[in-house]
Amino acid sequence: METADSLRSLLTEGKNMARTVSRDSEVNQIEYGGLVELGVPWSRRVVRFVRKNDITVIGAVFLFLVVVGAVFAGQLTPYSPTAPTLHDRLLSPSLAHPFGTDEFGRDLLARILFGARSILFASVSSVLIALIAGTFIGTAGGYWGGKLDVILMRIMDVMLSFPAILLAILIVASLGAGLLNSVFAIAFSMIPVFARLVRSVVLVLARQDYVTAATSLGGSSRWIILKHIFPNMIPPIIVQATAMLAIAISYASALNFIGLGVQPPTPDWGQMISDGERLIFDAPYVPFFPGLAITLTVLSANLVGDGLRDFLDPMLKNR
Amino acid sequence: MTKYLISRLIWLPIVLWAVASLTFLALRLVPGTPIDFVASQNLTTAQITEYKAEWGLNQPLWFQYLSFLSDLARGHLGNSMSSAVPVKTLLIDRIPPTMELAVSAMIISTIVGMGAGIISSTTNSKLVDYSARIFSILGLSVPWFWIAIVLIIIFSVKLGWMPVGGQLDPGTNYKTITHFIVLDAILTGDWSLLRIAVRHLALPALAVGLTSAGFVARLTRSAMLEVLRTDYVRTARAKGLVERKVVIKHALRNAILPVLTLQGLQFGSLLGGAVITELVFSWPGMGRLLLDGVTQRDYPVVQAAVIFIAFIYVLANLIVDLLYHLVDPRLRAG
Repeated sequence: METADSLRSLLTEGKNMARTVSRDSEVNQIEYGGLVELGVPWSRRVVRFVRKNDITVIGAVFLFLVVVGAVFAGQLTPYSPTAPTLHDRLLSPSLAHPFGTDEFGRDLLARILFGARSILFASVSSVLIALIAGTFIGTAGGYWGGKLDVILMRIMDVMLSFPAILLAILIVASLGAGLLNSVFAIAFSMIPVFARLVRSVVLVLARQDYVTAATSLGGSSRWIILKHIFPNMIPPIIVQATAMLAIAISYASALNFIGLGVQPPTPDWGQMISDGERLIFDAPYVPFFPGLAITLTVLSANLVGDGLRDFLDPMLKNR
Repeated sequence: MTKYLISRLIWLPIVLWAVASLTFLALRLVPGTPIDFVASQNLTTAQITEYKAEWGLNQPLWFQYLSFLSDLARGHLGNSMSSAVPVKTLLIDRIPPTMELAVSAMIISTIVGMGAGIISSTTNSKLVDYSARIFSILGLSVPWFWIAIVLIIIFSVKLGWMPVGGQLDPGTNYKTITHFIVLDAILTGDWSLLRIAVRHLALPALAVGLTSAGFVARLTRSAMLEVLRTDYVRTARAKGLVERKVVIKHALRNAILPVLTLQGLQFGSLLGGAVITELVFSWPGMGRLLLDGVTQRDYPVVQAAVIFIAFIYVLANLIVDLLYHLVDPRLRAG
C-alpha cells in the first residue's frame, strides 16, 4: 500500500517540480497549483469545487459523521458498548438493534460508535506524529543537504525496505500490544513517506530566488525555514496527510485485528471483526458491520484526499 | 548502466544488514525475553539459567548481536526457541504457501486492475467510467482481513462453492516436490490436485489481490488518459486504425510501464497483505509463523521471517529498477 503511495507522491513530486514557478516578487510564494485560477477568490473556488465534486463532499460528510458518532457515542445510543446482556445474545439486526448484537448480547451499533474513538485517535495521532517527525527529517535533509542528507535518506530507505505493516507489527510486538504502542508503531512506519515528500519540496523551495534573497539578507536558517519555506510546504503535506490517514486507519484496524492494538474490553472495529470471525456461520453480521465501518471510513478519507489534491492542485486531476 | 548496477548491488547487502540489525534491536528493545514465555510453564531458577545459557541469552547484547550477524552471514538461522525445530525447515515449509498466495494475488490484481483501468479510460459511458473508478477506490479502501471474511461468508458459507480455509482438502493425498502445491500439481500432471489447490487458493488470492487491483486500476487509468492525449495516438487514429488496435498497440504499450513498476513495488505490500489474510483462511504460511513467533518472542523465527520478507521486497524493488533502466532508454543515458 505505502509503496503505491510513495509512487504516487513521487509522481506528484515530479509534477510539482515541473510547475514550481515563483510568481511576482510581491507575492513571493510558490503557488501550489493555483496557477490556473489566479485571482479567483478562495470562497468562490470552494463553492465551485463543492458543486463539481459531490463525491468528495459525500466523503467529507461521512468522515464528519464518524467524528460526531465517536464524540457523542454516549448520547447516541442507550446501550453500553461493554456490559454483557446475556438474554440478548446474537440477535439479528432489528429496529431495537440496527446492526444486531454479539455473542455477549452487546449492541453492535453501540460498539461501533464507541469503537470509532480508538480508531480515530490511533489514525489521527499516528499521522500527526509521522508528519511532524517526517517534516523535521525532510527539512533538515533537504535544506542543509550534504552528509546529513545522505545519512537521513539512507535511514529512510532502510525503513522503506520493510513492508510498512510488517514494520508496524514488529515494533508493536517488541513494545507490547496496546493502543499507544500501536500508534507509535504506525507513526514510525509512516515517517519515511513524509520525510521524502518534505525533502523533495524543500529541495525545490530552497533554490527559489526569494530564498536566495532571504539568505543574502543575512537571514538565519531558522527564520528562512519558518518564514519562507514552511508555509509553502503546507499544501502538499496536507494532501499527503489525508492519503496517509486512510492508510493509518487500515493499519490500525489490521493491528487490532491481529490482537496487537487496543485491548478488550475497549471496543474497536478490527478487534470486533476478529472476535466475530468464528461466528460467520451463525451470525455473519457480527464481523460484517465493523468491517463495513472501516471500509466506509477509509473510503471517505481516500475521497477527501483525492478531492483535496484536485482542489489544491487542479493540474493533477484525473491522476 | 554498469556503474548504476554496481552501486545498486553494493547497496543491497547494506540494506540487508540494516534490516537485520533493526529487527534484532526491535525484538530486544523491551526487557521481555523468550524466557518470560517459557517461564510461565513453571520452571525452576536453575532451569531458567540453563535455558538462558543454551540460547546465549545470558551474554551481553553486543555479543548476541555479533554472533547473530556472523551466523546470519554464514546462513545459520538457528532453531526455533519454542519448538526447537530448525528455522530453515520452518521457512522451507512456510515460504512457498505465502509466495503462492502473493503471486496469485499479483496476477489477479494485474488482470482485474488493468482491465478496469483500460475500460474506464476508453469508455464513452460515464456510468461505466464511474463504476470502474468506484470499484478501484473501493478496492483500495477495503481491509484485507475483512474482505477475506466477506468472501468466505458469501462463497463458502452461503453458496457453499468454496472451502472455508486451508491449502488442501483434509485427507488429500499429496507428496511435495517443490513445496509449491500448484507447481507440483502441474509438474506431475495431477489435475484433480490442481483443482483442489486452486479452489483453496482462489478466495485468499482474491482478498489480497483486490486491494492492489484498486491501485493498478487508478494508475492504468491515469497513464492511459495521458497517453491517449498524445499526438502519436491521434496520428494512429487519423491513419484509420481500428480503435481496438490504437488502444492496445499504441496506447497500452506506453501506459504499461508505470503499471508494471507499481506491480513490482507492490509485491512487498502484497506479502504484507498475505501475512494478515493467511490468518483468516488458516493458510499455512509465513503469517501464522510470524505472529506466533512474535507473541512467543521466538527471536530466531521472527528474525528469519522478517529478514526474508524484507529481502524479497528489496529484491523486487531492485529488479523493477533494473528493468526500468533496460526498458526506458532515456534513463540509460543518465
